[in-house]
Amino acid sequence: MLFESIRMSWENIINNKLRSFLTMLGIVIGVASIIALITIVQGATKNISDQVNALGVNKITVNAIGTPLKQGLTQDDIKNISTVANISGVSPTISGKTGIIYNGNVLEDVLVQGKNEVYFKTGSSQMKSGRTINILDLESKNQVAIIGNNIVNELYYGVDPIGKEIIINGTTYTIIGTLIPSNGFILGSNNDTVIIPYTTALRSLGVKSISTLDVFLYDTKLADDTVNDIKGVLNQAFNYKDNAYTIFNMGDLIESFQSMMSMMSLLLGGIAAISLVVGGIGIMNMMLVSITERTTEIGLRKALGATPNRIQLQFIIEAIFLSIFGGLIGLVVGSIIAYIAAILIGISFSISVSTILLAIGFSAAVGIIFGYMPARKASKLNPIDALRSL
Amino acid sequence: MAEILSMKNICKSYYIGEEELEVLHNINLTIHTGEFLSILGPSGSGKSTMMNIIGCLDVPSSGKYLLSGNDIDDLDEIDLAKVRNKEIGFVFQSFQLLPRMSALQNVELPLIYSGLSSSERKKRAKSILERIGLSDKMRNLPNQLSGGQQQRVAIARALVTEPTILLADEPTGALDQKTGAQVMELFEELNNDGRTIIMITHDINIARHAKRVVNILDGYLTEQEVL
Repeated sequence: MLFESIRMSWENIINNKLRSFLTMLGIVIGVASIIALITIVQGATKNISDQVNALGVNKITVNAIGTPLKQGLTQDDIKNISTVANISGVSPTISGKTGIIYNGNVLEDVLVQGKNEVYFKTGSSQMKSGRTINILDLESKNQVAIIGNNIVNELYYGVDPIGKEIIINGTTYTIIGTLIPSNGFILGSNNDTVIIPYTTALRSLGVKSISTLDVFLYDTKLADDTVNDIKGVLNQAFNYKDNAYTIFNMGDLIESFQSMMSMMSLLLGGIAAISLVVGGIGIMNMMLVSITERTTEIGLRKALGATPNRIQLQFIIEAIFLSIFGGLIGLVVGSIIAYIAAILIGISFSISVSTILLAIGFSAAVGIIFGYMPARKASKLNPIDALRSL
Repeated sequence: MAEILSMKNICKSYYIGEEELEVLHNINLTIHTGEFLSILGPSGSGKSTMMNIIGCLDVPSSGKYLLSGNDIDDLDEIDLAKVRNKEIGFVFQSFQLLPRMSALQNVELPLIYSGLSSSERKKRAKSILERIGLSDKMRNLPNQLSGGQQQRVAIARALVTEPTILLADEPTGALDQKTGAQVMELFEELNNDGRTIIMITHDINIARHAKRVVNILDGYLTEQEVL
């Protein structure tokens, strides 16, 4: 019986191809926009999360402005912090902007950063060639430098920079490595940066103290405790002055970022769902027209022995068919849109099973909800009136 | 002969606004297996209402109607649909074939509602179309058939469920005289094979083909002579 109803509904849809297609269009647009929006937002979320994860959710950043008496952190402070439990390493950053010269060519206002060996172990920057800064460089305050990709292109075009000289802030350094180009989506890139040992930087960049410190953790679950311990050390270092430092936990950032993106995904999906409702009303409209047109047919079917339930079933199935078909077409169209958008924006593209189920479930629900009323109307038609209308 | 249809004091009224309009007055009618009955009356006489009640498309306002032993009063909408499917074979004036279905599919239609399997439906529909002389037109759509052929498909559809009663409403109304006469011949043949037929018409010449004629006028039924 179900099969027969399905067959009859299907035949009716096929017999009214253009109208069926136009009716489905509302659902197609609704589902396509939901799929496209959700997929794009999810892709962007995934990309940004991946980037942040690559930098490490196990990272706590300390920014020490210091007090008028004590600006920034000293090397002793860093040693104290590294004794706190659950810390796998600390990586200080000293930044300055200065000119660099190679072979008479000058680059002005280049970001020069002082780092230690931990920095290179955390995956924040990856080496393209050469070696990283090691403990010996730090202890001996060696005048060695690692340069970003853009600097390689601008100063060392066609030359292997390893072993060449570079003049930073008037002092000559030897280049020991180059960095892989990066496209930092939210945290900036290293492409225009020169990295030198931070001990060397303290001496030669004219910076007396360390203002930024990245602390790496063993266990991110204990991050809150570790933050408290670090606070203890810093409070002592700055003599319990307010506003001497800020602590920034990367894990918190990711969490709040992800909850923000899922809010956005819900919001956009909700807006797109409105078009599904409009599509559903389209289906209801078409069904009502179709029932008026087929009044005689319904009357005849009733005269031949169709029960009201049979008639209702047939029309509901027709509505579900239209909406599920619309949903499937919308799924394909939405995926294509999301795919193209992903290529254009440069984010990853992947459609989750739950998104597909959501689309199909949503469109089936629209079919049932908006098909019910017309189908009920059809089943209630009086066969006498229906047959007389011819 | 067994009594298959019995109407006792059937009345039917409609309300037009506040006003009650009685269309059928105390109709008494008994029909036995194998009869060929014409209900003859001009338009507005109540003969369509009569047909609707006989065909269980409508229920009387009062009175008792027994069809094959079923008291129609006891039946709900679903049971009435089953009775229509099993007991009644409708033939309409304007054929009422579904235009997008082939002759065969049209004949199969009532069997779908009987719950028969597809192969069984095809078998029965084919055999009835063959019997009625349309075996070469099974795949044709109704608009590829002449009026007479369409009405014969409709008759095949009415017969395919092996109903107790073949109920025809002006079966020749949309046909020319010659094809109308052919349809009447077919009815007579079917009746000779034992089929019970009730035919509603306004045309005395058509009514004469039946073995028994009753007149209906202004809602009153009067028996005529047995032909």
